[in-house]
Amino acid sequence: MGSLDAVLNHPAVWRGSECARVAPGIPTGFPELDAHLPGGGWPTGGITEIYAERSGVGEVKLTVPAAARLTQAGRWLTVIAPPHVLYPPALAAQGVRLERLLLIQPASAEDNLWASEQALRASCCGAVLLWQEHVHERALRRLQLAAESASTSLILFRSARVAPASPAALRLHVSRAEGRTVVRILKRRGGGLPPPIVLDLHDTPISRARRAVPPLVRTREPLHAALV
Amino acid sequence: MLWLALRLAALPLEVYARAARTPEPLAVVSSTGSRAEIIACNDAAKRRGVRPGMPPAAASALASDLQIAPRDTAAEEAALERVAAWAIQFTPAVSIAKPSEVLLEIAGSIALFGGLKPLWNAIAEGLQTLGYAARIACAPTPLAAQWFARAGLAVRLHHLDALRLSLPGLALEVMDLPPEAFRLLQNVGATTVRDALALPRDGLARRVGPRFLDDLDRARGLLPDPRTFFTPPTVFKAAQPLPAPAQEAEMLLFAARRMLVELCGYLAATASGAQRLSFVFAHHGREPTRLTLSLVAATRDPDHLTNVLRERLERTQFPCPATAIALESELLLPLASRNLSLLPDAGHQEQAAAQLIERLRARLGEDAVLGLKRLPDHRPECAWRTCPPGSKDAAASAAASRPLWLLAEPRALGEDPPCYEGRLSLLAGPERIESGWWDGHDVMRDYFVACNPAEAMLWIYRERRTQSRWFLHGFFS
Repeated sequence: MGSLDAVLNHPAVWRGSECARVAPGIPTGFPELDAHLPGGGWPTGGITEIYAERSGVGEVKLTVPAAARLTQAGRWLTVIAPPHVLYPPALAAQGVRLERLLLIQPASAEDNLWASEQALRASCCGAVLLWQEHVHERALRRLQLAAESASTSLILFRSARVAPASPAALRLHVSRAEGRTVVRILKRRGGGLPPPIVLDLHDTPISRARRAVPPLVRTREPLHAALV
Repeated sequence: MLWLALRLAALPLEVYARAARTPEPLAVVSSTGSRAEIIACNDAAKRRGVRPGMPPAAASALASDLQIAPRDTAAEEAALERVAAWAIQFTPAVSIAKPSEVLLEIAGSIALFGGLKPLWNAIAEGLQTLGYAARIACAPTPLAAQWFARAGLAVRLHHLDALRLSLPGLALEVMDLPPEAFRLLQNVGATTVRDALALPRDGLARRVGPRFLDDLDRARGLLPDPRTFFTPPTVFKAAQPLPAPAQEAEMLLFAARRMLVELCGYLAATASGAQRLSFVFAHHGREPTRLTLSLVAATRDPDHLTNVLRERLERTQFPCPATAIALESELLLPLASRNLSLLPDAGHQEQAAAQLIERLRARLGEDAVLGLKRLPDHRPECAWRTCPPGSKDAAASAAASRPLWLLAEPRALGEDPPCYEGRLSLLAGPERIESGWWDGHDVMRDYFVACNPAEAMLWIYRERRTQSRWFLHGFFS
């Protein structure tokens, strides 16, 4: 037994139950999630795909702590084609330095990809957030190469319909259940999919609200009904 | 003193051919009185049998597709000045020797560039990028350097002693003598500098003229040879005729890139960077097309400028093919040179960011590349605006819970009770916002954090004036 332990503890031995050993990623800011991600965070030099069940489940919030960390370190955060206004006061409240934010709104999907590639290849950018529904697999591979060349990360937001295969290093599905955000890892480097991770993303406003008005929440009674 | 002579022997041709990517047969004609003859032709023309000294009609008969251009001495002079301005990045002491030579005094620059060989290679490669074929020679006196360059000998002589040993071997042709003096020397059997030095000085002075003896002494360093140094102009201007009208971005870019390299040499020489450049593309019988490149930060990086120009050219529609390109620096700013460092530093990042923003703007337009900032206002839609990227953020008061997504226009949710994909339950609120009565956009709203049956977190408000109308204003995404 002793000799088996010695073999298993050898640094060159990798076991299927562990995360793959890859370049350290950008910490997500959620230790529960980091523990299950190879590299301990958003992969650098790779693509992350986030499939959100619908708007408002916390898919953007998942990336904000990492964005804050990057911009605080002086790297740029490039945001391409967001569907709504990325609200600056909310970002600033989460610690994002707005001076280091680059918002790009190209006119066409083709320009989205071109701008993403340019930003990924620039050494000044830490991460690129891109909202685009349909990305051809060839284009994705091109972006993957661009991200690898400058060790930047691309986070691609797509809606719930999960594409069958993708060269992305990490694929997440985000939904909500029982007032908390549930993150399912669909693909990660090194394989072995962990159980869904439950995060309390809307900790600050909602939990406080729940503590303040517990009966209303428990019964799901519309609050305004009580007000009028 | 150590002088480097750059001889641009093919300058009359290069003034035209520099802009062409593939050499077409080309000859330059100079006419004196009624007689015209070819003074220079490129290799493509030589292969067809065209030789310098031919009348143009004979040359055209040999090569029907031969392009014949008149000699443009003004353009040659301007080109020589641009090369001199470009060369100031290597040494402040640059002198022009018309018609086709530039002299650099490099004794003080050798240590900076790590030796004569690296400096030599940098200059030779630079000239190649500019599109000039140059012969280079290095000698302790300017005249000797010129002579060696004319003879095509790439010598690197450091000391006068070495010079005095090698100089006598040169043929007298390199001295650029008046024809009758040259004939006279040939008739007495003198063909090299050594032969001329062996002749009695007083007789030579009487028959050939004192200038000849003075030149020999200057070349050997026995007489002083002061040169006037070139001062770069305050504005960079360059014009380049195209050998054939061109419309494709890549063709134009090839010629423009050479001008940009020249510009960047000039900028390095004057310790400045370009913030705004204008390109003028001339057309036949039409108004010229003008392209102005405005940059976020002053730069003198030719690759970056070329990239910005490429994006602009690909988006520009020309009415008809361009026949010439002119480049002018409109706004130059002082730009300190950067220290080399092993690891990328903050300055490097700033520069990379400025370059990225310019590249994006060149293709997507100014309005598509933005930054965000907060404004001190209580109304959610007035508490932010877009700004140029990198602008300083106004410190605003710490807001209460705000959603990450704000809808550009609040979406009406109808009457009481509020519904969005199902009936909404209110989790927090109300947060009352009443503001803006002074500028006509006054709001009276009660904001709530709400949750629908699918558990999406929404930010909704109730208009207080109409009492029961609800609106969706954002997502806690």
